[in-house]
Amino acid sequence: MSDAEAPAPEAEAPVEPELRHGAPVLGGPGEWVVYPAREELVAVVKALFEEGFLMCLDLTAVDYLVHPGRLLPPGVSPERFELVVTLISHGQRERIRLRVQVPADDPSVPSLFNLHPGTEAMEREVFDMFGLTFVGHPDLTRILMPEDWVGHPLRKDYDSGRIPVQFKGAPTAR
Amino acid sequence: MTTTDETMTSEEHLSEDPSLTSEGGQGLAPRDVTAAAERMRELGAVLRMAESEAAGQIADDSELEGAPLDETMIINMGPQHPSTHGVLRLMMELQGETVLRTKPIVGYLHTGMEWTGEELTYLQGCTNVTRMDYASPLFSELAFSLTVEKLLGVEIPERATWIRMLMTEMNRISSHLLFMATNGMDLGAVSMMLYGWREREETLRFLERVTGLRMNHNYIRPGGVAADLPDGWRDDVLRLIEMLPPRLDEYDTLLTGQPIWRERLQGVGVLTAEEAIALGATGPILRSTGYAWDLRRDMPYLAYDDVEFDVVVGTYGDCFDRYAIRLNEIRESISIVAQVLDKMPKGDYRVQDKKVTPPPRARIDESMEALIHHFKIFTEGFKVPEGEAYCAVESPRGELGCYIVSDGSAHPYRMHIRGPSFVNLQTLPHLMHGGLIADAVAVISSVDPIMGEVDR
Repeated sequence: MSDAEAPAPEAEAPVEPELRHGAPVLGGPGEWVVYPAREELVAVVKALFEEGFLMCLDLTAVDYLVHPGRLLPPGVSPERFELVVTLISHGQRERIRLRVQVPADDPSVPSLFNLHPGTEAMEREVFDMFGLTFVGHPDLTRILMPEDWVGHPLRKDYDSGRIPVQFKGAPTAR
Repeated sequence: MTTTDETMTSEEHLSEDPSLTSEGGQGLAPRDVTAAAERMRELGAVLRMAESEAAGQIADDSELEGAPLDETMIINMGPQHPSTHGVLRLMMELQGETVLRTKPIVGYLHTGMEWTGEELTYLQGCTNVTRMDYASPLFSELAFSLTVEKLLGVEIPERATWIRMLMTEMNRISSHLLFMATNGMDLGAVSMMLYGWREREETLRFLERVTGLRMNHNYIRPGGVAADLPDGWRDDVLRLIEMLPPRLDEYDTLLTGQPIWRERLQGVGVLTAEEAIALGATGPILRSTGYAWDLRRDMPYLAYDDVEFDVVVGTYGDCFDRYAIRLNEIRESISIVAQVLDKMPKGDYRVQDKKVTPPPRARIDESMEALIHHFKIFTEGFKVPEGEAYCAVESPRGELGCYIVSDGSAHPYRMHIRGPSFVNLQTLPHLMHGGLIADAVAVISSVDPIMGEVDR
C-alpha cells in the first residue's frame, strides 16, 4: 500500500505551498487538509474520488465572523464562511479534510451531490444553519428548522437571545 | 414564505424554480411539480448517471410513470407513530401498497445542540453531546473527548483508555439490545421487546453502578473518565457476560431461525456496497452489504489493536443481515469486554494535569493551589489551543465524528457532531422504493435511527 503522502501527481508547485490536485495542502500523513478555491472544489473532490476517497463522511461549515485569524496556507485569503468537507479512503485508511473559503457577500458553493449523493442532507443542514446555498442541489430546503423560520441560527451574528418564538400560526411574538 | 434577502444571493440557483428551492418545499410534493433530480432522489436513485440517461430511466420506470397521478397517493407517517423510533416523519407516495417515493422529514427534536456546544466550556461539553444519541451516549462523549484531547495534545493514562473501552463496549451491547427489542416490536414479535429490554436493563444497571446514571452519563470527559471503577466491578461484569450469551441464544431460537421472522426480513430493503458508500452510510448498514469496514479494526482508536475481535459482515445487504450483524456484534462486544477484564491495567483513571482535570478531593483540603485549580476549572474551564480537529469513533450506528474549532478560549468556537443516524437516514428512499408499505416498518427499524442524534 503506497501511502497517501504522494503529494501531488500534477504538482506544478512553483513556491512554498505544497499542492494536491492544484490546491494548497497543510498537515501531515493521515492528517492532510486541502484548501481548494470555491471553483475548484468539485474538481478536487473528483480527483480525490479517483484517488480512492470514495466516501464523503461529513460536510459542515464554520462562521469565522468573530475569529478571523486562523492558519491558512499562503495564497489562501480568509473569508467569513468556511465549508469543511471530510472524505475517507477505505483503501488507504485515511481521512482528508477540505476547507473552502466562502465570502459573506456571495455565500454560495457548488454542490457535491452529483459526486456524493450522501451529502444531500448535510448540504441542506448547512444551508439551514449557515445560509450557504449549494448550486446544483436538488432540493435545497431547511431540514432542521421549521420551513418558515427566518435567519440562520449558527451564524455568529444570529441574535439567539432575543428572537421571539416563531411558529406557523403564532399570532405575535410573546 | 421565503427567506430573507441576504441569505439568498445566489440568483442563478433560485431562478430555476423558486417554488422548489424556497423554504416551502420541505414536504413531499406531487410528482408533476417535482423536478427530475429531486424526484430521482425521492425514488432512491443513488448511483450517478448523465442527465439524459436519468430522464430515460424515469421514463422507463413503468412502475412510476405508468401510474397515473390519480392512482397514487401521498401519505404521511409520523412524527407520532410507534414504529418511527421517536419523531421521524416520512412522506410516501404509494401506488396501491407499493412505495414509490419516500422523503424523510426531520427536525422535530432539533434543540440547537451544536449551538449550545459553543456556549458551554470544554468540561461541560460532554453533558451536551451525551444527550444526542441517547441510546449510546458514551460514544458521543468519547468522540468529543478524543477531539478535545487531540487539540490539547494530552495523552491519557492507560487505565483511562481501557475503562473507556470497557464502558463503550458495554454501551454498544445495551444499544444493540435496544435494537433487538424495538426491531422485534416493530415486526410484531412483542415478546422480543420484553426480552430485549430485560437484558438491556441489566447492562444499564452496570453503567449506572459505574457512572451514577442509566443514560446521559457524562462519564467520559476530556482527560480521562469522571471516576474510577467501583469496588466489585469485576464481579458485575463477569455476571453480565455469563448471563448474556445464553440469552442471545434464546433470541436465536426465538427469531433467527423462525420462518415468519425470516420472511419478514430477508430480501427486504436491499442495499449494495456501492450504494451504501455513495450515500455515506456507515456502521451495520455498510457492513450488511459485505463491506468489512469497522473503525475499531481499520483505524484503531483507544486500545482496539490490543484486543481480538471479528468484524461481522453480511452478504445481501437486507434487513435480515442488519439484524444478524447487530446480534453478532453483541457477541463480539462480550468477547472484547472479557479481554478488557484480563488486561485492565492499574493506574490513574484521568490525566493528572492541573490545567485540564480537577484535583482529587483529598488534595483540596490540604493545598490552597489545588483549591484554586478546582475553582478555576469549574468556573472558567480550561483553555484549549487554537486549531481544529476531527476525531471519529465507531458507534453502534456507524462513524460518529466530532469536529471542533478552537479559538484559544475555554469554549469551542464551533462544535459539530457527524451523527451516523443523520447520514444513514438518507438510505431510506432507496431501501423503501418498490417495497410494500408493510415492509417500511421493517426498513425504518433496521436503519436504527436515533432521532436525538439526527436532529441534534
